[in-house]
Amino acid sequence: MIELVKNTKIDFMGLKKYAFSLSAALVILGIVGTVQIYRGKANLGIDLAGGTSIQLKFQKPFSMNEIRSLLAKAGHGEATLQEVSGENILLVKLRALGNQDEKMVADPMVNLLRQTLPGNPFVVESVSEIGPAIGHKLRQDAELAMLISALAIIIYLAWRFEFKFGVAAAIATFHDIFSVVGIFWVLGLEMDLLFITALLTIGGYSLTDTVVVFDRIRENIRLRKLKTFSETINLSVNEVLSRTIITSMTVFIAVIALLVFGGIVLRNFATALAMGIVVGTYSSIFVASPVVALWRGEKMTEVKR
Amino acid sequence: MWKSITGRITLIAALTAVSIIVLVPSLTDRVPAGWKDRMPKINLGLDLQGGVFLRLAVEIDKAIENTSMRYADDARAVCREKALPVLAFQKAGDGGFSLRFPPGDFASRAQAALKEEFPSLDVSLGEVKADGATVIARMKPAEIQAIRTNAVVQGVETIRNRIDQFGVREPQIIAEGEDRIVVQLPGVKDQQRAIELVGKTALLEFKLVDEGASVEEALKGNVPEDDQVLYQKSVDPQSGRATKSPMLVKKRALLTGDTIKTAKVNFGNQAGGAHVSLSFDTRGAKVFDRVTAENVKRRLAIVLDDTIYSAPVIQERISGGEAQITGSFTPEEASDLAIVLRAGSLPAPVKVIQNVSIGPSLGLDSIEKGVRAAVIGALLVVCFMAFYYRFSGMVADFALVFNILFLLSGMAAFSATLTLPGIAGIILAIGMAVDSNVLIFERIREEIRAKKSVRAAIDAGYDKAFWTVVDSHVTTLITAVILFQFGTGPIKGFAVTLSMGVAINLFTALVCTKVVFDYLNARKPMQALSI
Repeated sequence: MIELVKNTKIDFMGLKKYAFSLSAALVILGIVGTVQIYRGKANLGIDLAGGTSIQLKFQKPFSMNEIRSLLAKAGHGEATLQEVSGENILLVKLRALGNQDEKMVADPMVNLLRQTLPGNPFVVESVSEIGPAIGHKLRQDAELAMLISALAIIIYLAWRFEFKFGVAAAIATFHDIFSVVGIFWVLGLEMDLLFITALLTIGGYSLTDTVVVFDRIRENIRLRKLKTFSETINLSVNEVLSRTIITSMTVFIAVIALLVFGGIVLRNFATALAMGIVVGTYSSIFVASPVVALWRGEKMTEVKR
Repeated sequence: MWKSITGRITLIAALTAVSIIVLVPSLTDRVPAGWKDRMPKINLGLDLQGGVFLRLAVEIDKAIENTSMRYADDARAVCREKALPVLAFQKAGDGGFSLRFPPGDFASRAQAALKEEFPSLDVSLGEVKADGATVIARMKPAEIQAIRTNAVVQGVETIRNRIDQFGVREPQIIAEGEDRIVVQLPGVKDQQRAIELVGKTALLEFKLVDEGASVEEALKGNVPEDDQVLYQKSVDPQSGRATKSPMLVKKRALLTGDTIKTAKVNFGNQAGGAHVSLSFDTRGAKVFDRVTAENVKRRLAIVLDDTIYSAPVIQERISGGEAQITGSFTPEEASDLAIVLRAGSLPAPVKVIQNVSIGPSLGLDSIEKGVRAAVIGALLVVCFMAFYYRFSGMVADFALVFNILFLLSGMAAFSATLTLPGIAGIILAIGMAVDSNVLIFERIREEIRAKKSVRAAIDAGYDKAFWTVVDSHVTTLITAVILFQFGTGPIKGFAVTLSMGVAINLFTALVCTKVVFDYLNARKPMQALSI
């Protein structure tokens, strides 16, 4: 029998001071990041902000500086350029300025590059142009989706456990989502619709670990009859620690495969998922149960089944 | 749960057989046609097979205004015929316009004349002042509503016609809401050309060139009342440089493209250039005959979407109902022009508000990378389970194979669309699939440590972990279902694979693994379990 973690007796509740400080820092970072998103100061993908993105594959290596000055001359100085090293792929992104009458610029831009770089032909791999109105709508849909899933999860957990557990699980989930947003914002990584999808998936998945812990707490209150709630939490988390870590690990392995081999389109998506799995595992141990303890007190009343 | 081992094995075998029958035609072309044609197939999303997704905003207000201006032009022509002098003309918004007449009974006579001539207009008398009176004409609400509905319905129809003639396999053209059209063209290679073909209004008009007034004066702002300045675009065949030259034409179109019966591409009259020949229907031919007869030796501009293509001099009366559009066309341009003229013009101009074009090479690349990531991810997970849980891990891996098989055949059965994020969903589902078994196996380990017999430990493990497994699946399912509701194309694909994968996992992780342990225990209770 291979055991990664064996008979641990870690005092998780005793560590909650440190855990709460770390979590508070992460969540504050996330809230700042969220505010910056709404102020338009974050690296939003063009599917949310509106704008144009073009992916070109050149035959030969190209000079980023040359292309940057070419575009600047054509009045697209604010375009962001990204190079996929080793593949001669160029990503050009141009955010919409927000006025409704904006013209689509992809076609003239491609023609300009074709004419000025005759020695290095390229294939247009993808073009995506999104009017500000659509970007706005997609963003609203994303917000609504996040709100509804949060509510649905609280209701489900309140039904399966009790209201306080449901809310604590939801807090842990929001903690995970805000943490990933905060880290993405600090690193300046692009947040697009796929990123939002990743956030929602993280929300759903990080609950898996929380549910495993909660299930055990409920069982131990009934069977073990320890003196305090905190003791019960400590025992329960230690008992399920190996499965909490291993279930996260299998998903983490799959996501890493996606991150390494899945190509550029899925890179940020996989990065967000990987972060979310790590943060989610941490929060199910250090955030969800302590929050229940804080709220419920040390009473050993049974949790309904 | 189910007691009979043979019963469970039969069920799994039957499901496997059905899955293989359903799935194989989606994976390979080398199966008999009779089998292939009867089976639903997994569709590839635009991001995997390449293609164009367009969301168009139909500019209905412009269509209403255009119609109203056409009424205004006609109304002024009627006034001219009846010798009613129009002093001033003004747009009045909401599909209306007003005309001002000098004092006297001119205004009331105009009102009566317009009422009789245009039953679809509400014509009323405006304020009467010392220096004259106005007549206000406005389209009736029913007429405006008709334009509104027609703009989208007819627009979808026209675009479908064009695309059908262009030749795209399984295009999707649907109205969205009140003023949007979504066009999906999978597999289109010449994407820019397809976008232009869809988005062109293609309003063809024949207008007389006004040679009596000076273009220079008009460019300075002194455009004669019934005229407008339009530009003729021409491309120099040698240098490829495009030039625009202004021309003064009558506002009123003598004939429009809606009377065209057919349009064909012809090659070869001038220096091998392509041109488009038109033939009009009976009504169009009659009008064209009259127009050419009345205007011999004058120039007739052929205008498409407010750009002059050519402005030949009418040499003689043309009675056959045939005309030609010449210009500096490439063969592709000429063929696309013929298509849009045959399919007719859009009732209202459209604006592309979302365009996602994926080249075929990127689609192939995405499939390759996605499949590679999925295979590597699955192998890593399989190896990890076999390493960590030994024999039991291999049992979980065995169930994982069924999980993937059922997931793919489920997608085929529902003709679901596989997208690149959908492949990511499969990879994620693979990682989550073994979670159920991890939860069960850890529980079994606990029971074994509590000195239970192997058989009892297994039963207790499955029993006690059951609700934990269900709970953890339901939370993921909730978010996946919500993503499906709100997501756009590629993300919907992710929600589909993830939710189906997780749902199927409940069956494979619980039933497919348990039956293996039960089978082994049935012959001789196991003394030790490799877990």
